[in-house]
Amino acid sequence: MKSTHSMMTREGAPESWLPLLELAVREVFEIMLGAQLEALADPNPPNLEFTAMVGLAGQLCGVVTMRCTAQSAVLMTAKMLSIDPKDAEKQVWDAIGEIANMIAGNFKNKLTGMGSGCMLSVPTVITGGDYSFHSLADAGPTEVMFSFEGGPVIVALEVHS
Amino acid sequence: MGKVRALIVDDSSVMRKIVERSLRQAGIDLSEVREAGNGAEGLGALSESGVDLILCDINMPVMDGIEFLRQLKTVENAKDVPVVMITTEGSESHVVQALSVGARGYIRKPFTPEQVKEHVVPLLENKK
Repeated sequence: MKSTHSMMTREGAPESWLPLLELAVREVFEIMLGAQLEALADPNPPNLEFTAMVGLAGQLCGVVTMRCTAQSAVLMTAKMLSIDPKDAEKQVWDAIGEIANMIAGNFKNKLTGMGSGCMLSVPTVITGGDYSFHSLADAGPTEVMFSFEGGPVIVALEVHS
Repeated sequence: MGKVRALIVDDSSVMRKIVERSLRQAGIDLSEVREAGNGAEGLGALSESGVDLILCDINMPVMDGIEFLRQLKTVENAKDVPVVMITTEGSESHVVQALSVGARGYIRKPFTPEQVKEHVVPLLENKK
């Protein structure tokens, strides 16, 4: 699978994890949504109204978050279920949570020797953008930023040592 | 391979739909699809009659997929039904644990319909 660094990234966790996170996200979108992610032009996109979170506990502690616009969330749901976007709204929370869950699981499965000692939480999905996110992680987030069908998708990993 | 009655156990209704679609795309002729949101509901869905195939997640509230497999052995009309796990938990230890309590296959999410076909069809053909 092609992996480029043309998309935007911000790093916090070990450097070697960044390409693994990027690959984990790309694989989920390609396999489950049939979608190729593109580079994101705007580093601070507005209206990120959906946030899906999956906790990591055990040998690797932290949280994986995926943020996107409401329009992107509906489109992702429609793509994943092969349905019309107008029929997708009721299932958006479940779909976005499941995408974040697969990204977190796919990422941890790529970490040699780490995956078996790490458990995933059930996903949580927050809607609305007016909130503050306080993580107890030791470093800043490792972020990968993509464009999905023209809308922003930002996936971040924050870890505790 | 004739008509197949399947039980899909996953706490995500979206994922249950995707698994059902993948089974159909794999060429499996489904006569009945039962859905359950956790292992306890899955056992309940088998209380009156059995199925030919079970696909089950691991991480679920109330009763996870491993406990479901353990308790399935006590369900008379379902204890010999092949179970394929479909889960984000892809570590070696999870695979070994699932297989040791009776799972017959293990598919990691994200997955393709081809992977579902590869794991499920031989199990159904062996049942004939």
